[in-house]
Amino acid sequence: MSELVTAGADLGILRALETVRDPELDEPITSLGFVASCAVSADGAAQVRLRLPTYFCAPNFAYLMVADAYDAVSALPGVRRAEVVLEDHFASDAINGGVAAQAGFARSFDGEAVGELHQLRADFLRKAVMAGTDQVCRPLLAAGTDPAALLAMTLGELPPSRALDRLRSRRAELGLPARDDAPLLIDPATGQPVRAEAVPLHLRKAKITRVSIEANSGICRGMLRHRYHTNGEGETVFVSEADSPDSDS
Amino acid sequence: MYEHNGEKYFIVDSHMHYWNAAPDNWVPGAEQYAKGWIECFHAYQGLGPPETHWSIEHFQKYSEDDLMKDVFEDGHVDVAVFQPTDLKEWYKEGFNTTERNALMGEKHPGKFIYNTRFDPRDSDAGLAELRRNVDRFGSKGVKLYTAEWNNGSRGYKLSDPGAYRYLEAAQNLGIKNVHVHKGPTIWPLDKDAFDVADVDHAATDFPELNFIVEHVGLPRIDDFCYMATQEPNVYAGLSVAIGALMYARPQFFARVIGELLFWVGEDKMTFGSDYGIWEPKWQVEGFVNWEMPDREEFADYPKLGTAGKKKILGLNAAKLYDIKVPDEFQLPPEAGTPGAREVLGEPVAGA
Repeated sequence: MSELVTAGADLGILRALETVRDPELDEPITSLGFVASCAVSADGAAQVRLRLPTYFCAPNFAYLMVADAYDAVSALPGVRRAEVVLEDHFASDAINGGVAAQAGFARSFDGEAVGELHQLRADFLRKAVMAGTDQVCRPLLAAGTDPAALLAMTLGELPPSRALDRLRSRRAELGLPARDDAPLLIDPATGQPVRAEAVPLHLRKAKITRVSIEANSGICRGMLRHRYHTNGEGETVFVSEADSPDSDS
Repeated sequence: MYEHNGEKYFIVDSHMHYWNAAPDNWVPGAEQYAKGWIECFHAYQGLGPPETHWSIEHFQKYSEDDLMKDVFEDGHVDVAVFQPTDLKEWYKEGFNTTERNALMGEKHPGKFIYNTRFDPRDSDAGLAELRRNVDRFGSKGVKLYTAEWNNGSRGYKLSDPGAYRYLEAAQNLGIKNVHVHKGPTIWPLDKDAFDVADVDHAATDFPELNFIVEHVGLPRIDDFCYMATQEPNVYAGLSVAIGALMYARPQFFARVIGELLFWVGEDKMTFGSDYGIWEPKWQVEGFVNWEMPDREEFADYPKLGTAGKKKILGLNAAKLYDIKVPDEFQLPPEAGTPGAREVLGEPVAGA
């Protein structure tokens, strides 16, 4: 093996991996602690090792993360070949081999899967849009904005925030309206504005979707910590739950 | 029975196990799955309080005496419902079969209810086995793993015609309660085994059966809640929800319980410890003591009072299983807060 240089800050390998998200948790695999190591050798060979909270984490999501990591790292200038390895997983061989061969999900799990994962990814992006809606609406509601007033608001009227950037980016990925003149409240399945009478229910759904994702993320972080005692590359470590950005307290 | 502040709680643990996952029970050639499965369970235990953690060796195989002490003597449980998990592809005698549960339980009359299981992919032989199990163990409930492996198949849906045939047969045999595992699991591959849409169909078409969605559809509580709100015979099984979150993630726990109280309601939530993943003692005591945080962001959740806790910890499951509850634990009619059937004037169904 070529000699590895310090984890590829120079070539931005960590930056590249930050763009890869767990589709289910809608968080970067770096901050979740899923990147066990990443490095690029002097002659342009990138090597990434990924790890997950359990031996049995759903292979469809695992596959997407390994494939996305492969694509992100391969696209880096200066990288001539990339190897992404998922460690300690029951389907490691099928996933690692399938991604390396660019085989696609169905061929990597021959006989066990019939389709690719675009639909699954889109389903979870829609959940991310709902959760993101709660993230940007919550501060407005807390500041006294009437729920009915949200109906008339556009994205451009909202105060700038990371949550808003994230919501726009998720909407854009789905091909949904994301520019300044786009309505704040839309149905993520159709892109249509929410009807006035449906606003309370829409907000309630946005809220529970966020709760669901965040609770799941909390369990995953706990399981990962139980399984591995070292921090991942770029992992965001919370000293207590109160430090978590999810706790909004 | 648990008594706190002068209130007496009748405790039904509606979801627990008696397994053997030690190496002597691993199927040759499938050792890595058998080992991986129990290690995964063991990691879940890590989310409970440190003083309740077990060594992996103890966790792989605990004794009858351990169970009786942890669940009944220390754990405050009055009646426990065994939920079997066969997993015979990985464990020679199965992981936690109806037979194993009943052999142990018959030495302790009145303490256990033996649920059995079926798998619609087992065709006629499976129906005959279901009949035998109901006859032999008096089962009133089944535990179903729609994502379980079976002879090359990686899962099924409750809405499949084969599953309907089994549900009909089960109903005719006197089964009332169908516990469906919709929670943290191993599969699917391209299928989404957490998807609860199949429960929605089955619950509509079998209105006399109760469907208890174990682990409340975690990690998809949102999908579960929309569905449960629309189906009067769907319940939220709290196994894992309390064990994985109450200690490790108290704020998320408060939100999850708040959402369940809002969408599903305290009349349709049932406590399950998921023993041996977690001991019931800290879960029962912690839940009785638990209060919704008194902060603005929790303000729009229904409050959970003593009556609601009594229902969730035992009275709801006692109704599902016709367990006789002594008068001293009973609530007056209409006590507590019913669940939301509509959201802020807008009916949930069809939204």
